[in-house]
Amino acid sequence: MNEMTDPKAKTDIGKIVEVSLSDAQISQIESIQPIVTGAHQSLLKTAPPRPDTAAGQPCCGPRVPAPQTYIPVATRTEDGISYVGSALNFADRLGAVKARLGKWRMSYAIAPGLYGLGEPTRNSPVVVTANYKLSFDHLRRHLAGRNVWILVLNTYGINVWCAAGKGTFGTEELIARIRKTQLADRVDTRKIILPQLGAPGVAAHSVKAQTGFQVKWGPVEAADLGAYIDADHKATPRMREKRFPLKERLVLIPIELRPALKVLLYILAIASPLAALAFPGAYLNGVVHYVILLAMYMSAGVLSGAVLTPLLLPFLPGRAFSMKSIWVSIGVLVPLGLAMTNQIDLTELIGLSFISAGIAAYAAMNFTGASTYTSLSGVKKEMRLAVPVEIASTALGVGIWLYSQIAA
Amino acid sequence: MKTDEYLKNVVTLSLNETACNGCSTCLQVCPHQVFIIRNKKAIIARKDGCMECGACQRNCEQGAITVQTGVGCAAAIINSVFSKSNTACCDC
Repeated sequence: MNEMTDPKAKTDIGKIVEVSLSDAQISQIESIQPIVTGAHQSLLKTAPPRPDTAAGQPCCGPRVPAPQTYIPVATRTEDGISYVGSALNFADRLGAVKARLGKWRMSYAIAPGLYGLGEPTRNSPVVVTANYKLSFDHLRRHLAGRNVWILVLNTYGINVWCAAGKGTFGTEELIARIRKTQLADRVDTRKIILPQLGAPGVAAHSVKAQTGFQVKWGPVEAADLGAYIDADHKATPRMREKRFPLKERLVLIPIELRPALKVLLYILAIASPLAALAFPGAYLNGVVHYVILLAMYMSAGVLSGAVLTPLLLPFLPGRAFSMKSIWVSIGVLVPLGLAMTNQIDLTELIGLSFISAGIAAYAAMNFTGASTYTSLSGVKKEMRLAVPVEIASTALGVGIWLYSQIAA
Repeated sequence: MKTDEYLKNVVTLSLNETACNGCSTCLQVCPHQVFIIRNKKAIIARKDGCMECGACQRNCEQGAITVQTGVGCAAAIINSVFSKSNTACCDC
C-alpha cells in the first residue's frame, strides 16, 4: 500500500547507487549540475540523508531514505547555475503522467539549487519551489517568456504543500539553500517570492532576520504567478484561496484507486474459494457465482467511494466524506439491485449491498488525504464515528450474505 | 463558500487578539480565507474553513495564533495506528 516502504518503487529511474559520502563530498557533487538531458542519461548521484523533522511533524517514508537519483533538466550550466527553458518536452510530459499514475511518484526529483529560466539578470525576480519535478515543470511552464531565477529547495521529491507540512520545505532549508547558492551575491533584489502553500513550513520573519531576504507570499497557483509579478507582488483574494476543482479531483483519483483495487483483489483471492467451498453446489459453479457477485459488489463499492464520491464531492449532502459516499452508494446500488432481482434473492442482495456500502464509505474517507480542506481534528472525528460503522456495515453484509445462503 | 468547509466546531485554531498587531500576514498565508481584519486586528471569521495547516501560526511574529497542526488524511492516521512508530505517515 505504502509506496515508500516498497523497495521496488525506488528502482524506476536509472540505477541507484549506494555510496557513503562525507558532507564535503556531497556538497561538491551537488555543485556539479547536469548538462545532459533525456530520461536515460540520468546523472547518478546520491542525496544527503533526510533530516529528522521536528517532533510532532508527520513524516513520510522510512527513517533512512534510499539514495535518490536526480533527473537532469538543465540545457546548459554556467557559473554553478543551471539554465532551463519553459517548454516541456515529451519526456517531461510522459514523466508527469507516470508520476500521476503513481509509478515514479516518490522519486521524481531534480537537483536542488539555483536555476535560471530564460536569461535572468541581477534584477530579475527570484521564485522558490520544491524539487519535485512535477512542481518545477508546472512552475516554468507558467512562466513562459519571462526571465526569472528559480531557487529549488530539497524537499526529497515532494510537492511544496506536502513538504511544507512535513517541514522539509522549511525555514532551515530555505536559509541554507540561499547561503549555499550565494544568492545574495548573484542578485541585487532582496525579495524572494514563495508559493503561498509553502507557508506552513517557512517563517518569513526568520528568513528575513537571518538572510536579509524578504519573503513575498506569491499566489497559491503557479498559473497566477505572472499576474502577481506584474502587479508588483499583489495577490487578489481569489489568488490566495486553495480550491478543489473537478480537474484536480480527477487527477488524484488514480493514486487513491490503486491501493483500493489491490486490496480488493487480495480479498477476492481469499474470499472467493472459501465462499465456494462453504456453500452447496458444484465447486466450479460456486466459484463462478461467488467470484462474480463479490467482485461486482466490491467493485461497485470502490467505484462509489474512490471515483464517484471524489468527482461529485461538492454536490453531495453532508460534510464527512464517508457520509457523502452514502448518497453515491444508494444511487449505484438501487439500480444495480433492480437489475439483479431476477438472478439472486433479496436477502443476498441486501447482504452484498451492505458490503459494498461499507467499502465505499471507507474509500471515500481515504480521499480526505487528497482533498485540500480537511483538518486533522476533523478527520480524527470523522474516523471515530465512521470506521466502526464501516466495519459494522461490511460485517453485517457478510453475515446477511452467509445467512441467505444457509437459509436457501 | 460552503462547499469548502469540512466538519463543524472541531478545529483547534485560536487567536489571541490582544497579542495581534494587525500586520495581516495571516490573511496572506491562509489558503481558506479564515481571517479578516476588523478594527486593525485580525479576527477568525470562518473557523470551520480552517484545515489546521499551520501557515498562520508559523508566520505570526507576535505568536498570537495557536493551532494543533497536522495533515487531515485518514490514510496517515490509519498508518500511524498500525505502524510501530508514532509518526503519522501518508503517501503524499
